[in-house]
Amino acid sequence: MTLTPVQLAADIANPIAPRTQMGLSLGWHIIIACLGVGLPGLVVFVEWRGIRTGDKVLLLLARRWARALGVLFAVGAVSGTILSFEMGVLWSGLMAGWGQLIGLPFAMEGFAFFIEAIFLGIYLYGWDRLPPRTHLLTGLPIIVAGVASAFFVVCANAWMNSPSGFRITHGRLVGVDPWAAMFNRATGPETVHMIVAAFMVTGFTVASVYAAAMLRGRRDRYHRVGMAVPLVMGCALAPVQIVVGDWAARYVASDQPAKLAAMEALFHGGRGVPETLFGYASGGRVHGAVRIPNGLSLLTHFDPNAYVPGLDRVPPALRPPVNITHLAFDSMVTIGFGLLGLGLWLALAWWRRRAVPAGRWFLAAVSISGVAAVAAMEAGWITTEVGRQPWIVYEVMLVARAVNPAPGLSAGVWALSGVYAVLTVAVIYVLRRLARRPLPVAPQEADVAAEAVI
Amino acid sequence: MSLAVVLAGLVWLGVTAYALLAGADFGGGIWDLLAGRTERGRPARGLIEHAIGPVWEANHVWLIFVLVVLWTCFPSGFAAIASTLWLPLTLIAFGVIARGSAFAFRKAVTELWQQRLFGAVFAFSSLVTPFFLGACAGAVATGRVPPGLARGGVVGSWAHPAALLSGVFAVVACAYLATVYLTWDAVRAGEPRLAEGFRRRALATGVLAGVLAAAGLVVLRADGRLLYDGLTGRGLPLVALSAAAGVASLGLLAVRRYVAARITAATAVAAVLWGWALAQYPHLLNPGLTIEAAAAPGATLRATAISLAVGAALLIPSLIFLYAMFQRAPRAAAGPPSGG
Ligand code: HDD
Ligand code: HEM
Ligand code: HEM
Repeated sequence: MTLTPVQLAADIANPIAPRTQMGLSLGWHIIIACLGVGLPGLVVFVEWRGIRTGDKVLLLLARRWARALGVLFAVGAVSGTILSFEMGVLWSGLMAGWGQLIGLPFAMEGFAFFIEAIFLGIYLYGWDRLPPRTHLLTGLPIIVAGVASAFFVVCANAWMNSPSGFRITHGRLVGVDPWAAMFNRATGPETVHMIVAAFMVTGFTVASVYAAAMLRGRRDRYHRVGMAVPLVMGCALAPVQIVVGDWAARYVASDQPAKLAAMEALFHGGRGVPETLFGYASGGRVHGAVRIPNGLSLLTHFDPNAYVPGLDRVPPALRPPVNITHLAFDSMVTIGFGLLGLGLWLALAWWRRRAVPAGRWFLAAVSISGVAAVAAMEAGWITTEVGRQPWIVYEVMLVARAVNPAPGLSAGVWALSGVYAVLTVAVIYVLRRLARRPLPVAPQEADVAAEAVI
Repeated sequence: MSLAVVLAGLVWLGVTAYALLAGADFGGGIWDLLAGRTERGRPARGLIEHAIGPVWEANHVWLIFVLVVLWTCFPSGFAAIASTLWLPLTLIAFGVIARGSAFAFRKAVTELWQQRLFGAVFAFSSLVTPFFLGACAGAVATGRVPPGLARGGVVGSWAHPAALLSGVFAVVACAYLATVYLTWDAVRAGEPRLAEGFRRRALATGVLAGVLAAAGLVVLRADGRLLYDGLTGRGLPLVALSAAAGVASLGLLAVRRYVAARITAATAVAAVLWGWALAQYPHLLNPGLTIEAAAAPGATLRATAISLAVGAALLIPSLIFLYAMFQRAPRAAAGPPSGG
């Protein structure tokens, strides 16, 4: 287990293994977490409509989505626990110095989890013990707590982007104010953007499952409703997300110029700079990009001749990786507009025919929209996190100073990759089983036997 | 008493709740492992699953609670523990992942081989996780985690007799709590034969826990002198309480007073934890870091205290609702393994 001093020094200087490990576990957790935030709303909505109308299809959808939610919540809880450990095990330097400022929203998040876990237990296991209306009401705290936990945890991330609530005088940390830290300048755009993203991811992934089934010929009402309800939710949020994303971009432009320059692959700042779409940066230039003249100046300042600082203003050692940040950002925006297009298609068809389209092309588009929404969300996080490099706390603490200096730490990333590979396969397998085999019940499942029979 | 000490006490309350509630859930998994072959073990496994199902996630959150309050209010202490003990903590995290997901997956699949596979993962990780949790506790308690980042040995800090014994003790204590809770659950579920089986196992594990605790004191004398002195000094009343409650719980099991046995068994475990806390007070990390020295600035402590108060006001009624609902369940065998 013990490493030589040379290996040790290399480990500290380049914390690539812990960074990879953190990115992997966050990127994994966030997919499940999005469903944990968004799915309760969907389940409670269809249950409510089902109770109101007595429509068996809606009630059955509620039961099935609730079962998936049960599995997802368990996996979300355990993958989130890994993250909590990693905050200390990997980033003990960050926690030792800044736990007092970043900790408060995490502590609040703990309570939100508690409420969520408690009411999920009641909701899932109490379906046949509570009167329908009471049961429906026990679903509401799950929704509120899910959104609240997303809000709290993203507050912590926002603080890493916009550290506030303290002063440093003579190298000492003074004037610590955890409330000001929690409600920093990035909190607004980041939390709203994330919560909307969670509902979009939920809407499009659930819809895509049913769209794929419809493509394979299962076009009964169950599948049509199962696609339509979440799809409408996702599509309704797509235009909202573009407005919120614009807000987020304005925040980055004003507070994190180095990140903006990396997002836009802008090596040389200036007046009237163009918007650079895609392309590949090397040697201080971007190759093969589409350029919209004066685009970036216009977008960031509503003025075609506005000045936008470039990477040349940032010392080379403090520049974030350009290609990853730029391509991730452009992918997110492209997908965002793609999903908007899907929403327009749906709206147009509804306006003309009062029906959700059921043609092959539309179904095909919906069935990839789930993966696309997840990809946009991951790309957004890569933009945020990689674009902040090499800082862990923007312009206050370098990632290299935050990492746990203990030897052998880099083994973790391999072990974790293995664990997540197995877990991914198992989750997909079990969710597919649930989708295909919802009605017969395992002999040991006496407790949910009544639940599954509708 | 300062706010820092109050908050440290609340963290310890969280540790206690985790040990008594989630500990019993771990114990349930251990008995699942030892329940015997598929057919023979089915009734016991069914009971365990019913008992754990609705509550394990809520019980698990106590661990999160402990972590987040610790890192907010005692950042340097948290960082010292997490950085030195990264290896066992990572193994705990893997254990938590394997256990929670396998438990959820087992319910969702139908074929026997799948249930066996997920069941085995669930049961095995229920054994391993509390072992490492106990070993980490032993490392902190015996002063093997110095303040600062990664100052203790990656392996040496926890791979010594006292911490390893502490790990074994944690496993046995979890198993003991679970059998005591499950005996009463089985009675209420109208399964007298299962209840008798759990009662026999409870008596055996209870005796084992007592023997281990006594052995533990001997080992501590040699390998954890600081803690030993504390436990036999200021902590002595609680150590005595733990021993008395443990013996009482065995007696109550013998005469089949299961509810009272639950309370005494839980008291025995809680008293060990508080005895340890008292033994090393006012240190967070014995001997180098006191609670006051590790505490975050007052503004952070106050903000956390306010959040905890608001959170508790929401949480306590919800918890009561949860446990009450599954304790007076209409259908058989649906009691959670909670105390009381
Ligand atoms: C469904 C997902 C999704 C979609 C369609 C979009 N985004 Fe996004 N974006 C996210 C999901 C996301 C995210 C994963 O939720 C991020 C990561 C951090 C955050 O706060 O939100 C994010 C970050 C993020 C950031 C970085 C914020 C920061 O570093 O603080 C910017 C500038 C944008 N987005 C802008 C946009 C624009 C202009 C979009 C227009 C099409 C857009 N996003 C669509
Ligand atoms: C909201 C809570 C989040 C917090 C508190 C958080 C915190 C962190 C921390 C401490 C690091 C390591 C230090 C660093 O490399 O800067 C990190 C890196 C990273 N995170 Fe996040 N993160 C959050 C959300 C996410 C999500 C949801 C993703 C999803 C993909 C993500 C992706 C990454 C990646 C890819 C890295 C590695 C960056 C690099 O090394 O280049 N993060 N994050
Ligand atoms: C460093 C970052 C993060 C940490 C330390 C973290 C921690 C955790 C923990 C400990 C849990 C389990 C709680 C339980 O036992 O029930 C959890 C679950 C959850 N997390 Fe995270 N998390 C992080 C990032 C995120 C992000 C970025 C989101 C954003 C939406 C999020 C949303 C959730 C939700 C909604 C759950 C509930 C479980 C579910 O519904 O699937 N988390 N997280």
